[in-house]
This record gives sequence, structure tokens and C-alpha cells, in this order.
Amino acid sequence: MIRTPLRPLARILRARETGENPDVIEAENRAQRHAVIQDGARNRAQGRLFIMAMAFVLAFVTVGMRMGVMAASQPSEPRAQVTGAQIISQRADITDRHGRVLATNLLTHSLYAHPRQMVDPDAAAEKLAAIFPDLKAADLKEDFSGKRSFLWIKKKISPEQMQQVHDIGEPGLLFGPREMRLYPNDRIASHILGGSTFGKEDVASAEVVGIAGVEKAFDHWLRNPANEGAPLVLSVDLTVQAAMEEVLKNGMNIMKAKGATGILMEVKTGEVLAMASLPDFDPNDRPRPLLTGDPSDSPLFNRAVQGQYELGSTFKIFPITQAIDLKLVSPTTMINANAPMRIGKYLINEFRSHNYGTLSVTDIIVKSSNVGTVRVAQMLGADRQKDFLEKLGFFEPTPVEMSEGPTGKPLVPKRWPAVTSATVSFGHGLAASPLHLASAYATLANGGKRVSPTLVHGRARKEGEQVISAQAAQTGVQLMRQVVVRGSGRSADVVGYEVAGKTGTADKPRPSGGYYKNKVVSTFASVFPASNPEYVLVVTLDEPTSTGPGGESRTAGATSAPVAGEMVRRLAPLLGLRPLTETPLPTVERPLADGIKLVSN
Amino acid sequence: MRSVLYLLTTLAVMGMAFWAYRENYSTQAALSDMGRVQREIATLREDLGVLRAEWAYLNRPDRLRELANLNFDKLRLVPFDSSQYVDVVQVGFPAPKPAMPALNDGPILPGMDPEHLPIERPAGYPPLRPQERTP
Repeated sequence: MIRTPLRPLARILRARETGENPDVIEAENRAQRHAVIQDGARNRAQGRLFIMAMAFVLAFVTVGMRMGVMAASQPSEPRAQVTGAQIISQRADITDRHGRVLATNLLTHSLYAHPRQMVDPDAAAEKLAAIFPDLKAADLKEDFSGKRSFLWIKKKISPEQMQQVHDIGEPGLLFGPREMRLYPNDRIASHILGGSTFGKEDVASAEVVGIAGVEKAFDHWLRNPANEGAPLVLSVDLTVQAAMEEVLKNGMNIMKAKGATGILMEVKTGEVLAMASLPDFDPNDRPRPLLTGDPSDSPLFNRAVQGQYELGSTFKIFPITQAIDLKLVSPTTMINANAPMRIGKYLINEFRSHNYGTLSVTDIIVKSSNVGTVRVAQMLGADRQKDFLEKLGFFEPTPVEMSEGPTGKPLVPKRWPAVTSATVSFGHGLAASPLHLASAYATLANGGKRVSPTLVHGRARKEGEQVISAQAAQTGVQLMRQVVVRGSGRSADVVGYEVAGKTGTADKPRPSGGYYKNKVVSTFASVFPASNPEYVLVVTLDEPTSTGPGGESRTAGATSAPVAGEMVRRLAPLLGLRPLTETPLPTVERPLADGIKLVSN
Repeated sequence: MRSVLYLLTTLAVMGMAFWAYRENYSTQAALSDMGRVQREIATLREDLGVLRAEWAYLNRPDRLRELANLNFDKLRLVPFDSSQYVDVVQVGFPAPKPAMPALNDGPILPGMDPEHLPIERPAGYPPLRPQERTP
């Protein structure tokens, strides 16, 4: 572009010639130049204004559109992830083997207060105390008038109580939903189930946590949503369990025992059909554990699993069966059982200082001879004896699925000198739980295949190892049958069910050392029916005394054996076992309508 | 030709807009219906849980035992005994009633015809819950 000069020479010369003022020309040109500059500036400003206006329009249109969309659409939560997770309850039920409910959940409410929102705290406190007798109006008044802005009043309330609290009409009293654990059968199977409590608590919900028994052992399984609410099916049979607890309770009262235990186990599978320990408790209202004194005095103590007792003569069958298995003796071998017998500085005596002289192996078991058993155990030697007991499971806790299971570790002597080997052979010096004894007897009854106890029904488990030959195991069961036919266990005989068992009376050890004179643990461990063993029953009474025609007696034959007999009488029909009758019942023809009798040859 | 194409395209767009509009609302309806059904299932499950708990509580062995004792005069129930195991052939059934007077005429009443004896309630009543799964 050619810039126009302010004073173009041609025009100025012409203007000078005509006498005009050349400054006018300069002013004119300057005005033109300024006009061009102004035009350019205006255009730029207009462009900027336009961009600004566009930006504002865009922003306002965006906001306006969004407002329009929001105003026009229907309000709803995003629902892409609707699943069935919230419709199953947070903790699975526990049922018995036939699907009868042992533990379930119930929706209740908890009651809490916001004292700062209260209209009339004093009146509310009075009325609450009237509804809940265990609350004191004075305490509530103090809580409501203090600085607290939140407090729990009740963890669980019934619908009736909730309505009554509603009727108070106090806005500061609020309810939160609570799923509570309910054990509808009260005390039945209380030790197996254990109990539960609230874990993390919130106004909206609270988690239910198992604190003992299978509730604790299966806590994660029960709370796992992946199971889709499937119940935990226990091997327990509710009917059998209830009948066992009834019989055991009566037996305990009659024998004036401090405590009692019964275990009924299926031989083939090791499933525990019933397991009772008395005294028991109500899992709905679980008592607090004892803080001082002997834990076994608490009703929470599960004698069947946690109790460590020297189980006495019930152990005698183990060395005898092992000796038969190793072909060291046969049931008819005669053994010198002259009492007393000396081992080192210790004397081994028979019960009531009997002396049986020479006995056959069968009679050692039938008469429960300590000396005879020790002689057989000496043939075995300590190593083989120890090895066999270890294989039967007496050296480690039972694998039963309860939180108490691992605590029931047997008290095994550290060293096995000759005298320990001798005392263990008749059940002293080694303390194990009744459940250990039941599994060991089940192993014998199962043809020598190891049985380990379980509380879960229908669980696929691999077959146990062969601990002892099937033949020796069967001989062992037959020896025990003789105990019930003509030995110390006669009172446990039940017609038709061929009970085979062994009594055991063990003196209770003093905590300070030595043994009590008049406190015993009497045990009856049995297998029935002997010809084809299906069930193992162990009954243990703690400190029993039976008063009969011959005066007081504490032997197992007079205390646990009758209880066990009564138990077999009650439980065996419930289990669906047909009695074996020697004389068959007559067959009755069904009379026909026309009076004709069907006859066939 | 071109105007026909424009017209058809416009009509297609309108039709699809209408379809999308309907589809949107039917999806929302289905979602809210599902939510309602889920809530209903949750309530029903809760009720079922309460009923099962109540059933278990009312059938607890202690209570049944007490009731059997209270009503012993009427029911004469005693604990199940081994002597109660017998075969059907060993049961002395009562003789059926003599032949009916008008067998051909009257209707056969239940219990009168030996071939139409009332069916006994099966053992194991009430039906048990199926076992879904065990750990």
C-alpha cells in the first residue's frame, strides 16, 4: 500500500499558484489517515465483542439446556446394579439333618435416643421405665438431661414394646432395624450351636457374629453371600437330641451327678447325631463366662468336647484289641492276673482289691481286670501302644467343627515309662474328651477304619485309614458285647439292640495332685447293634452316686450304664433301628370282605 | 424423486424417535416393576423367615412333650418304643364291614368300599425343606 503523503507536492504547488492555503490540504489528508486507523480499531473491537458474546451465549445455552433436561426428566436413582443381594438375610439359618430349624434370624428393632431433640425428657424416662422393667427412671433422666446427644436404650425390643414406645410420642426416641438371632428350641443343642452377639453396631443395622460353637466355627460361611442363603445343615437330629437331653437330665438327677455328657455318633460317617452336655444354657440369653474359679463349673462348659477326663476302664479295649490284631493273644488266651502287681515302686490293684487269678482275655474285659490289661499291654510294649492310641486320635484335638474343638487337646504324658504305659492301658494318666472316646470306639466299630467326628451332614469325606484289621475290630466289639451280657455293663442291655460296651470308673484327680477318694467320673462307651455296628453312644457322668439296695455306689456299672441303657431304649427306635427279636411275631392274615381265607402252602 | 427421499427420511426419523421414546419409558417401567418385585420378595422372605421361626418355636420338642402330657387322656401318646416296629402282615386289621345292601345302586362312599379306603397320610409330614447345599 502506498501511503498518501500529508503534503503532496503537486497539490501544494497548484494551491500556492492559485493562492489557497496549503495547510488545508495537509489537514484533509491527516483526517483521512485517522479515519482509516479508526476503522481498523473498530473492526477489531467488534470481532472481540462477537467472540465474547458467543462464549456467553454458549455458556448460557448449555446451562439452560441442562436445566431444561433436569426439569423435564423424572427423578430416579440410578438402578443399573439392582441385584438380589439385599433380599437374602445377612446370616444363614442352621438346620438339623432333616431341615428343622435350629437357628434363624428375626427382624426386630433397637431403641435409641437423641436427648437434644426431646420435648419432655422426664416424662419419657418415666414412661420408658414403665415399659421396660429393667430400666430405672432416675438413670434415664440423668442420661437424657446430660450433654449426650445420642444413646442406646435397648438392643432388641419386641413389636409390642415398640408400639408402646411409639405411644409415648416423643420425637427424640428412635428405632433402628435389627436382625436378631433366634434359637427356637431354647436349650436343646445349646452347646453345639454356641451363641451369637452383635458385632459392629449402627443405627441402620448391626452385624450378627457367632461367639461359640458352630456359630463361631462357621461364622464366615454363614455370612458369605455367595451361598445365596443356603442353610448350614448339621448332622444333629433334633428329635434324638431332645430325647437324649431328657434322658440325660433325668439320669443326672437320679445319680446326683454334677454334670453329664452324652454323645451319639454314626459309625460309618462319624456324623454326630446328638451331643449333650449338662448343665446347659439358653443360647438366646447366653450367660456370661465365669471370670474366677473352675471354668468347668460354668454352664457354658462343653463337657463332651472341652472336658478332659481320665476315662478309666473304657480304654482297656484298646490294648486288648491291638494285641489280638498283632496275634499276640486270642480271646481265649489265659493271662496271669494275680493282684496286686508291682511295677517299679508302684502297686497295681484291682477294683475293691479283688484277685482274679488267671483269666482268659475275654474275662479280662468282662471283669475289667487292671492287672490282666497291664500284662497284655506289656506284651505290646510302650511304643506300639502309644502308636495305636495316636492313630486312634488321642494325641490331638478332635477335628469337630466347633470353636471349642481345638481347645480340647488331650493331656498326654510326655514320657512313657513302664508305669505310665501300664496306667494308660487301663485309662489313667491320659485325659481325653468323651468325643475322643466316641471316635475311637467308632473306629473299632467301623471295622478298624479311622472315624473322625463331624457336625456337618452329608459332607463328602475320604475314607479313614485302616488302623486295625477288620477281624480284630470285630472281635473287640464281640468282647464288649460280653461285658453287657454278663459283665459290669449288664444294666445297659436292651432287648433287641445288642448293646456292646465297656464301663469305666475313674477317680477324679485333685488339682493339687493325687486323686479324690469319693469323686469319680463314670463312663459307659457302647456300640450297637453288636452284629452290625451302626451307632456309638458314650455317656459320662461327673461325680455320680447311685443309691441302690447295696448302699451307695459310684461305679459306672451302677451309674452310667443304666442311663446309657435307657438312652438306647429311647433313641434306637427314633433312629429307625428295628429290634432283633428272637421269636418272630405271628403273621396275621388280613380278613377279606367275602370271608374267604387265603391259604397257600 | 429427491423430495420423496426427503419425505421418507423424515418419516423414518420421526418413527425411530417415537420408538426410542416408547422404549425408554417401557424400560423405566420394567425397572421399577423389578424393584417392586424385589421389595416384595424381600418382604415375603422376611415373612417366611418369621413363619418358619414361629413354626420351629411352636414345634419345639419341649412344648410338644408338654402338650402330649397335658392331653394324655385323649391322645395316650407315649415315647416311641421298639415294640412298635412290626410288619404290615403282623397287624391284626379289623374285619371290614359286611357287604353293603345295595352295592349296585347307591354311590360308593369313601370308607365303605375296601378298594377305596382313605389314603393314609404319608410319614414325614410336613414336607421337609430341600437341602440346598452344605459347606
